[in-house]
Amino acid sequence: MPFTTKAALESHIEQLKKRPQGSRIFVCCGLGCLAKNSRKVYERFVELVKEGHFQVQVDTLEEERSNPAPTGCMGLCEAGPLVMIEPQGILYLRVKPEDAEKIMERTLGKGEVIEDLVYTENRGEEVQRWPLMKDVPFYRKQEKIVLRNCGCIDPESLDEYLEQDGYLALAQAVTGMTPDEVIGMITKSGLRGRGGGGFPTGRKWQFARVVKSDRKYVICNADEGDPGAFMDRSVAEGDPHSVLEGIALAGYAIGAREGYIYVRAEYPLAVRRLKKAIQDAQDAGFLGTHIMGSGFSFDVKVKEGAGAFVCGEETALIASIEGKRGMPNPRPPFPAHRGLFGKPTIINNVETLANVPAIIHRGAEWFRGFGTLNSPGTKTFALSGRIENTGLAEVPMGITLRELVFEVGGGIQGGKQFKAVQIGGPSGGCLTEQHLDLTVDYDSLCSAGAIMGSGGLVVLDVDTCIVELARFFMSFTQDESCGKCVPCREGTKHMLKILQNIVDGRSKLDEMALLEEAAQVVKDASLCGLGKTAPNPVLTTLQYFKDEYIAHVLDKVCPAHVCVSMKEYLIDPEKCKACGKCARVCPVDCIAGRPKVPYVIDQEKCIKCGSCFEVCPFDAVMVDWRKRSDEQQSA
Amino acid sequence: MAVANEETVLSRRFEKVNTVLEKYGRNPLNLIQVLQEVQAEYRYLPEEILTYVATALGISPSFVYGVATFYAQFSLEPKGKHIIRVCDGTACHVRGSMKVLEVVREQLGLRGEDITTPDLLFTVETVACIGACALAPALMVDEEVYGQMDQEKIENLIEEMIEKEKGGDQ
Amino acid sequence: MNNRVHEKKALTIDGQEVALQNEKNILEVAKRVKVDIPTFCYHSELSVYGACRMCLVEVEGRGLMPACSTPPEAGMVIRTNSPRILRARKMNLELYLANHNRDCTTCERNLNCRLQEMSSRMGVDEVRFGEREHMVPQDRSNYSLVRDPNKCILCGDCVRTCQEIEGIGIYDFSRRGSRALAEPAFGKDLSEVECVFCGQCSLRCPTAAIVVRSEVEEAWEKVLDPEKFVVAQIAPAVRVAVGEAFNLPPGEITTGKIVAALKKIGFDRVYDTSVSADLTTLEESEEFFRRLTGKGGPLPHFTSCCPSWVLYAERNYPFYLKNLSSARSPQQMFGSVIKNFVTQLEDVPPEKIVSISIMPCTSKKFEARRPEFYQDERADVDIVMTAQEIIKMIKQANVDFRELDPIPFDVPLGLGTGAGVLYGVTGGVTEAVLRYAHEKLTGEKLTEVEFSAVRGEKYLREAEVEIAGRKVRVAVVFGLANVQQLIKEIREGKRTYDFVEVMNCPQGCIGGGGMPLAYPDREEIMKRRAHGLYSADRLSSLRKAQDNPAMKLLYEKWLQEPNSDIAERFLHTGYRSRKRITDEVIRIQEAKESQKVDIAVCVGTSCYLKGSYSILQGLLELAREHGVEDRVSIGATFCLERCAEGPNIRINEDIVTGVEEHNLREIFEKAVMSKLASV
Repeated sequence: MPFTTKAALESHIEQLKKRPQGSRIFVCCGLGCLAKNSRKVYERFVELVKEGHFQVQVDTLEEERSNPAPTGCMGLCEAGPLVMIEPQGILYLRVKPEDAEKIMERTLGKGEVIEDLVYTENRGEEVQRWPLMKDVPFYRKQEKIVLRNCGCIDPESLDEYLEQDGYLALAQAVTGMTPDEVIGMITKSGLRGRGGGGFPTGRKWQFARVVKSDRKYVICNADEGDPGAFMDRSVAEGDPHSVLEGIALAGYAIGAREGYIYVRAEYPLAVRRLKKAIQDAQDAGFLGTHIMGSGFSFDVKVKEGAGAFVCGEETALIASIEGKRGMPNPRPPFPAHRGLFGKPTIINNVETLANVPAIIHRGAEWFRGFGTLNSPGTKTFALSGRIENTGLAEVPMGITLRELVFEVGGGIQGGKQFKAVQIGGPSGGCLTEQHLDLTVDYDSLCSAGAIMGSGGLVVLDVDTCIVELARFFMSFTQDESCGKCVPCREGTKHMLKILQNIVDGRSKLDEMALLEEAAQVVKDASLCGLGKTAPNPVLTTLQYFKDEYIAHVLDKVCPAHVCVSMKEYLIDPEKCKACGKCARVCPVDCIAGRPKVPYVIDQEKCIKCGSCFEVCPFDAVMVDWRKRSDEQQSA
Repeated sequence: MAVANEETVLSRRFEKVNTVLEKYGRNPLNLIQVLQEVQAEYRYLPEEILTYVATALGISPSFVYGVATFYAQFSLEPKGKHIIRVCDGTACHVRGSMKVLEVVREQLGLRGEDITTPDLLFTVETVACIGACALAPALMVDEEVYGQMDQEKIENLIEEMIEKEKGGDQ
Repeated sequence: MNNRVHEKKALTIDGQEVALQNEKNILEVAKRVKVDIPTFCYHSELSVYGACRMCLVEVEGRGLMPACSTPPEAGMVIRTNSPRILRARKMNLELYLANHNRDCTTCERNLNCRLQEMSSRMGVDEVRFGEREHMVPQDRSNYSLVRDPNKCILCGDCVRTCQEIEGIGIYDFSRRGSRALAEPAFGKDLSEVECVFCGQCSLRCPTAAIVVRSEVEEAWEKVLDPEKFVVAQIAPAVRVAVGEAFNLPPGEITTGKIVAALKKIGFDRVYDTSVSADLTTLEESEEFFRRLTGKGGPLPHFTSCCPSWVLYAERNYPFYLKNLSSARSPQQMFGSVIKNFVTQLEDVPPEKIVSISIMPCTSKKFEARRPEFYQDERADVDIVMTAQEIIKMIKQANVDFRELDPIPFDVPLGLGTGAGVLYGVTGGVTEAVLRYAHEKLTGEKLTEVEFSAVRGEKYLREAEVEIAGRKVRVAVVFGLANVQQLIKEIREGKRTYDFVEVMNCPQGCIGGGGMPLAYPDREEIMKRRAHGLYSADRLSSLRKAQDNPAMKLLYEKWLQEPNSDIAERFLHTGYRSRKRITDEVIRIQEAKESQKVDIAVCVGTSCYLKGSYSILQGLLELAREHGVEDRVSIGATFCLERCAEGPNIRINEDIVTGVEEHNLREIFEKAVMSKLASV
């Protein structure tokens, strides 16, 4: 039943909207909930509905809409599995399969709220419950444009996407707008690339638009490589059609006939969903030849990546689609002039493209109603680390870090003290207490030394060692460096070595200076974005946490009590009963003693495995994190 | 019996390689897809098969080797039947992914540089973020994600898998 | 882009205003105004790679940009030496050096290394990142080249040279990050891959990661052995390049000085390879005439004096091996002359004579070791030294090269004609043949001996020459990548030739892999070398091979006439298909019984394209059908070296050619079932 006119689509959507809106059960089957067994919850609901011996209104069980519906990520992964009941919008947390019966009977049957399953806040004596999703603090400050359908439609159903005015933007564009008008609207909306640098999307499209060529390409970058971000995955899994519609619109705007989605092979569900969505869209005439009876023809292919972070860099991604090693090439030529197969190409990431249909459908002004002047719209963040509400949140640009961490994110786990946020992944930087009132937008983050990046936001508390974290990021980038240019290939290797020396307590001050110098050159001289941003975690932590570095280097102390080399095991002579248990388990034979004389650990030989600590029946083995630096120096 | 199975596996695998080459039109632009499917069949990329792929696609073996060694997904060494990927993304790292890795390896008796058990049942590797940050620390067994891992959970999971494998043999 | 609006298209480099002249990148602009921006990975004849990061310049308003890949734009303000750039360059060098085996004083490329030179130029006075941690073994698997990965800086020059100029792609990058290497497939040695030993990679390598395998020691040993009678032959291209190492201008003809130096060193006789080039001209021309008149082999006639090309053809063009001239290369002809004729001339027993050739070429080292060029286990050419090596030898001999008084070659094999000298530059063989053919076929004296149509720098030159009323179509091509394209077009019928001269190296032997590194201005140096050879021809009293009195001597005293039986025996050779991939077998079916038959189906390129996969399938089915799966092992192998007759299979030790679907059953029943019955 391919749609050949815009009118046909509109009348179909109208019919869909007229469907009776009874109670409906949405079970989050995003990755977070799946891993917490939400599949079983979903299956239990299906069983119960099939058995049909509950007092549930018949119109909720109609056939054309799946009920219960498995959905994409609802965001609050921490509290999964999540179940949402429409039309009220009740959100249940930590639902177990055995809760299903109760929910059907009481909530669907009688309209009652099950208090045990709703979001609860304990404020001293007072217990506050928030049964409705929109009221839950995690969602209160969110604005959903990109995630507009995530968690409230069945991602495998085209009709459910259409019911949310899906593909209307595409119909509107190809039947009633010129490509220049589409670009104009995107330019006017102020949409900026959500994948990293924040380049204005309209401008990028314009570059490719004006180049004359027999073929052009659109690439959707779904190779989300930032080790701490999963929004692209969530959108591709939870609302694949919005991505396709965005790609098709981009294709129309620049004059391309083909699009590629480059998606991580580690995201098998996203691959499956996207492939199914492409098939459905082709069958319905949203992809293929003469879309909506217009002169525009467009098709999309999925290419699976094979595991290389550097393929997030445009020229490397292109090489990878061409079946080559994902090594970046110098720009110019820019992909908009010479990209995939040597043809003009634009590359946008999933989040950027998912914004596009909404902008075309609702207008640039509407979009500009969110966010700030220079960064309109929203940004999706993957909140993780030592934060209460880990999960996926879409917030308007211009929100402060404090609001993001303490309101949306619910503050630090276990009420510990906030230390820093790491934002932008391995290309980003660490921001501290002093930045909490910074607004989240491209320019202010950049001026603080971090970047928006793809939106990974990792919260760190006092138990996180900042130097160790910098080492972690450096080991990531040096492992993911393609090896083409020397600053990145060798520079990151030596930076990592120095950082390793620092956490191992083997470093000196002049090495710290060399680390900084190398970081500057790697940033300055590398060929591609990966190398140019790889030093950011080091540079920002050196800037904001220099004391912590110096503590490691000079005093051989790890203030966060993380770096094992800074730890010492000591035997308390008062408590030691000279039983010799510790000496027997020591794998390196560094504990010596005689009967009746307290045992002693040879610090030179000790490998800090902790075996003695574990076996001592008298708690005589102690952990000491404070080596005295003067002793260290003289030794 | 086991040997006979091995034989049919050999020729079936090679047949599959040819099917894959045809499916992708022997087009070098599809090299990565070809390698992905070949690896799905052999569980790694044997040298002679890579050479064969190069011949069939009309490209140099060094090019194929270069691609096969570039991407983390490809392996030139035989891999286990099940792949356990311990996530070492940022979120997992700050929540103790290295300890998870240690426990997993210990449970499977892996030592030194080994990543695959001698019975070729399990391969353990780290992966840069599987996008399950909210469940940190997480790991993936084949395509299944397991979150919020601790020592006990890991021990149970691995015991279960070993049981299953042993049961399957009999 | 729209630069027409600018009255003057100019930019500023280090304060100097420079008008633009359609340069592709800033580096070329700078080069024109003599600003030497450092680089390792930029070569004008290769694609832009942009990896070495030495050519960074600061463009006002844009930050650091690589000069090699940034197109010049009017109005750009460029600095090539700001503190920021200097810091980056210096640290880049430090990083290179930290991963580089720094045994400079004992290195093959000591004082001839661009990394060393650059470090000195940029004032790198310490390396703060330590030393290279793990040393890996060198690849000394072949006669021509030595690879030392411990010195590689991953500039990718070898990778692009082999891919883009040679069209082979021996090397590629493997792995990634700090573990990345530029290496042959699977980390194999050069002798195990499709290397043709042309050494173009070593010419462009900025360090000693790929160098010529030196035979200087062996040469000294022979020369200083009073029992030995050491005879040298010097190839044409060598004489216009040796001077470069002694601060003489490129292209200067130093033949007399080289002869004088070799005499001082202790060579007993020094001859000119141009003489055997003349011999080649005669032998090859006669062979060509027979092809032309339908009395010989097929057309087009391909020249065969380039050993890399010959090796490449043997591996890739089984169908053209009959088109390859059977005439040996000038080096091997002279080798044969030395071991069979000079022995008589000088009355030296063969076991005392040592033949050393001095060549522009690394592949000649490989050629000399081909078994067909041995007689009674004695090689025709014992030692092959490249120009690079003879330069070292001259230096070691404490000879003041610049001041040497030139002396002539030894007689009677020391006088080559101008035609023979031209062998050193592409088009030379063709020109020599044409000079001979014209006179031979028309009986008229040729007065205008220069054929400008086959001269020049273009990688492909074509000409139609009328000889004795017949139009002869000739082509001259260099670079195996270009050769591949040309042969494809010939095979497709898009081009037709009678005579094709093929040289592996750009511009021919003057661009050979054993020549001094043409650095820094390769283009200019190549031009001068070519010019040197053309002037040598012009200055020759004799310019046609047939006028060489040495020919008369050789044919009268020994060879009778061109293509005579004796000439065929000593001056010609044959070719065979060769495998490109060393033994690797894909196991497909394994016999379980001990009394079994092994079948290997060739899936090398040639057989694969002829459908060997369906033969494999057929065999599996036939084995099943006959119920002998347990007794037949079936595998796929990469070449049985009978490409022209394929598809081929090997049954135990026997190779069966021409296997096709229709005769497969018959072959299986006869060859396989009968063998099974007999075991």
